[in-house]
Amino acid sequence: MAAPSIKVSETPLVLYVLRRADDALILGHRLSEWCGHAPMLEEDMALANMGLDLLGQARELYVYAAKVEGGGNDEDKFAYLRDVRQYRNLLLLEQPNGDFARTMVRQFFYSAFADLYWRAMMKSTDTTLAAIAAKSEKESAYHLRHSSEWMLRLGDGTDESHVRAQTAIDDLWSFTGEMFAVDDSERGLIDAGIAIDPADLKPQWLRTVSSIVAEATLALPTSDWMQQGGRFGRHSEHLGHLLSDLQYLQRAFPGTTW
Amino acid sequence: MATPNTPLWEVFIRSRNGLAHKHCGSLHASDATMALQAARDIFTRRGEGLSIWVVPSSAITASDPSEKGMMFEPAESKIYRHPTFYDVPEEVGHM
Repeated sequence: MAAPSIKVSETPLVLYVLRRADDALILGHRLSEWCGHAPMLEEDMALANMGLDLLGQARELYVYAAKVEGGGNDEDKFAYLRDVRQYRNLLLLEQPNGDFARTMVRQFFYSAFADLYWRAMMKSTDTTLAAIAAKSEKESAYHLRHSSEWMLRLGDGTDESHVRAQTAIDDLWSFTGEMFAVDDSERGLIDAGIAIDPADLKPQWLRTVSSIVAEATLALPTSDWMQQGGRFGRHSEHLGHLLSDLQYLQRAFPGTTW
Repeated sequence: MATPNTPLWEVFIRSRNGLAHKHCGSLHASDATMALQAARDIFTRRGEGLSIWVVPSSAITASDPSEKGMMFEPAESKIYRHPTFYDVPEEVGHM
């Protein structure tokens, strides 16, 4: 019998931590899909390294979410036994890898945000989140540097790489707004100094992204219509397929271990 | 993948307690910046290093293996060049 999904008591803090944990897990899983398939061995290692950084962040956040929730859930249950509607990650991060340019544009958009986000979260009044932020910030800073360098080389590389990078930017742009959105449950945490207001990060994010994209001879879309839903469990059709891969073993053989 | 766009680079790492950068391998990268990042991702994943050098492999001039007799054998018979014939006073400690 397949393992049933768990129930989660989503208090504002539990929900907040799960959202960030899911971001890290889902993007980390996407990067792991490149393992053995990257354009060159060196980049295969780079992508796997970034994926492992994110998996580490996800684990720390899930452990903390379980502690705050205080029920019987743990990091494995959060990862393996929640259905697609219970996942709270950004839509951007569940988008398929596509070609290498698409993976790098997705990484660039997110890392440019995550770098600012974790740096700001180091001042959180929640000491656990501040500690996780201090560790994650260094990792995100490197992810931003690496993806930025690739943006320059893809955009200002060959005609083919330029077209692919520009297509990825155009396709993924509408998923970037969700990073800066805040709902009522987060507003209280922001007021308490536990969370930061991501809207404050947007001007700096836009400066970073704009300058790299311009230097890469690429262009940002002018449309400001943005997708929403991931934070509330309304996902694109891609996340269910990802989870069926990620969760298969625990769903088919509940409680199995290596 | 060896292509003209991704030449070979030699990687040198200085470990935590090492004084000198030591050669630890090679990799392919489009340019020096990417070579440095690839070196970080490939050779320092387990905390091996505090400093990395990358050098284009093409910048290295190597001795010819077929000349190793001429190059290296003359040194083999000169054991007096090894400083093993001196008594080092204990007070000197580690030299």
